[in-house]
Amino acid sequence: MNKTKITRTMKQIVIRNGRLIDPLHGTDTVADLFIAEGKIAGIGAAPAGFVAEDAIDATGLVVTTGLVDLAARLREPGFEYKATLESEMAAAVAGGVTSICCPPDTDPPLDEPGLVTMLRQRAKNHDLARLYPVGALTVGLKGRQITEMAQLREAGCVAFSQGDVPIADLQVLYRAMQYAANFGFALRLRPEEASLVNDGVAHDGEYASRLGLTGIPVVAETIAIAQITQLMRATGCRVHLARVSSGAGVAMVREAKQHGLPLTCDVDINHVHLADVDIGYFNSQYRFDPPLRGVRDRDAIVAGLLDGTIDVICSDHSPVDDDGKLLPFAEAERGATGLELLLPLTLAWAERAGVSLPQALAKVSSTPAAMVGFEASLSVGARADLTVFDPGASWQVTTDALKSQGKNTPFLGYELKGKVRHTLVKGKRVFDA
Amino acid sequence: MYNPQLNAQGELVHLLTTEGLPRRILTQILDRAGEFMAEVDAGNKKFPTLAGRSVFNLFFENSTRTRTTFEIAAKRLSADVTSLNIQASSTAKGETLLDTIHNLEAMGADLFVVRHAQSGAAHLIAEHVKPGIAVVNAGDGRHAHPTQALLDMYTIRHYKGDFTNLRVAIVGDILHSRVARSQIHALSTLGCPEIRVIAPKTLLPTGIESLGVHVYHDMAEGLRDVDVVAMLRLQNERMSGAYLPSTQEFFKHYGLTEEKLAYAKPDAIVMHPGPMNRGVEIDSAVADGERAVILPQVTFGIVVRMAVMEIVANNQQQAR
Repeated sequence: MNKTKITRTMKQIVIRNGRLIDPLHGTDTVADLFIAEGKIAGIGAAPAGFVAEDAIDATGLVVTTGLVDLAARLREPGFEYKATLESEMAAAVAGGVTSICCPPDTDPPLDEPGLVTMLRQRAKNHDLARLYPVGALTVGLKGRQITEMAQLREAGCVAFSQGDVPIADLQVLYRAMQYAANFGFALRLRPEEASLVNDGVAHDGEYASRLGLTGIPVVAETIAIAQITQLMRATGCRVHLARVSSGAGVAMVREAKQHGLPLTCDVDINHVHLADVDIGYFNSQYRFDPPLRGVRDRDAIVAGLLDGTIDVICSDHSPVDDDGKLLPFAEAERGATGLELLLPLTLAWAERAGVSLPQALAKVSSTPAAMVGFEASLSVGARADLTVFDPGASWQVTTDALKSQGKNTPFLGYELKGKVRHTLVKGKRVFDA
Repeated sequence: MYNPQLNAQGELVHLLTTEGLPRRILTQILDRAGEFMAEVDAGNKKFPTLAGRSVFNLFFENSTRTRTTFEIAAKRLSADVTSLNIQASSTAKGETLLDTIHNLEAMGADLFVVRHAQSGAAHLIAEHVKPGIAVVNAGDGRHAHPTQALLDMYTIRHYKGDFTNLRVAIVGDILHSRVARSQIHALSTLGCPEIRVIAPKTLLPTGIESLGVHVYHDMAEGLRDVDVVAMLRLQNERMSGAYLPSTQEFFKHYGLTEEKLAYAKPDAIVMHPGPMNRGVEIDSAVADGERAVILPQVTFGIVVRMAVMEIVANNQQQAR
């Protein structure tokens, strides 16, 4: 792996002449930006006494708040053969991602405060992106006993989730939501009714029927959303739906929001671009969980992003090794690497949908940041977690170009626009291309 | 879409599915099978086509009939045939599908006949075998069973002469049937103007109409005036539970009896891929009746498989 030389002292840095895009406030201006003590110290004019010890020439580049990824698996602990904290943290900052939420579906799962503390400490030692663990909602993710949420919160968990493991018993989910509401904690739930998924591996539609792949019906998602929203009404719990995949699901979220439920949701970037028809002849790179749905579902996701029904785009980064993919479709592992593709694929969506850069970047930085619990903005006093990228620079997605240990993605070979030049976390340069 | 079964010249180098194959190739296989049939009828049962070549029958899923007919077909073409029941060996020890394939390649394989429980397994193998090695799909999951469909086409052509005036009904568990999917693609390409599927909703795949078929849930309507009735096997594990309430109820509504067959044309033929469940999907009186062509199907299966193996092996040979 090519290691980038990183300056680790708290230098005062000036980023000159960049196109400053603040997604939180929707602003887009060209100016200098000054960093001191890990924070933004000034914009336009240097603050009093500022002495630049380091400078980045950002002429022609976009300077924006660092990307915040609500769902990226770093595979530690337990799956180090797929990826390590070190490899994926490097991938994150190479992709301009400065804050990562990792789901609890590790081995062991993140169901004890000690595990969370250890993981955060290990992440801190790498000193690259910030890590925000999502705690397990039930012990061992087994769906029977709720975890010590308050203690997990104290250990640093920003939310609670079952990862991709559904809770079969609604009584447990009901109590978990009551308990979380008691402390004001948010839950991140995958809307999926397992009994309707059964042994399904692809969207239950014409394409899966043609290929003879067992289908997962859309109703597996909508039934779950109906249950979750009913339980929200009963418990007052805040819920973030992770990776909505269907047009019907998006419509239900829209309606729930209109009724004032404290519901938010995200979609992963693959589902913004791809549909079941892209599977071709059983290409396992296109096996996702939830499955890639129909073209109309994908269009509904794009519409949901535009009207604000879908709050956030995440990478759903899931590094998988070749052994996990070189199998018949139904046996292949689900997911793809995504940390380094989140920005260029978001830019591609924005360009195609005619969305402004501040609006598009809000879906991957300021809005998810608010869900994690901090403000991401380009304002004096804000965290100097920044991504500096060239929006026009093209690069080809190749295994060599990816720092992630996971090299599997349906976008291999694609030419994408948007190249990260510099990433800063806590005011330090952690990546320079 | 790129078709992994064809080489740059448009020749068949693997047989993975009947979907997307041009009519000229389907006809070429049926014609060659017809030539073999004539030779066999004349008493000639051995041909030197694949002399010195190694055919591996890889059955990751149980089968007696298909495996045996492939074995006979390969032997008639003078190939060295090795049949492996992989379920009980390598994969049980943890070896991956592609590891198994690469090991057999190292043993000098020229042609793989593959049956696998997962849809797409034959495609995966075809994508990863060395150049010059052919793959013939002998059934993958619910996806495709192209040689069965081709022998069905051979049978239909044998009895009906032409496809362009026929009404064909496919009856039974369409949802889980690789045979039905392959039949539908082959019939469409060969010009059959009306393909019907008859099944309860629990045994029909979502959006099956997109393959160009007419859907019926009632046998009397679906069989009316058809020329060909293609029955499917109903697997025992699906006969109770969420798919169907009972064997008896299925037989009553969807089992092929003389009474229901009376809705079809008087000269309609009845096909079945075997093995049959008598009294479940088909009544013995029909199965043994004069309109059943189930045993000739088995005979035709051998010459069709000979034709397929000869064509793909020869086309691969030229690529070496």
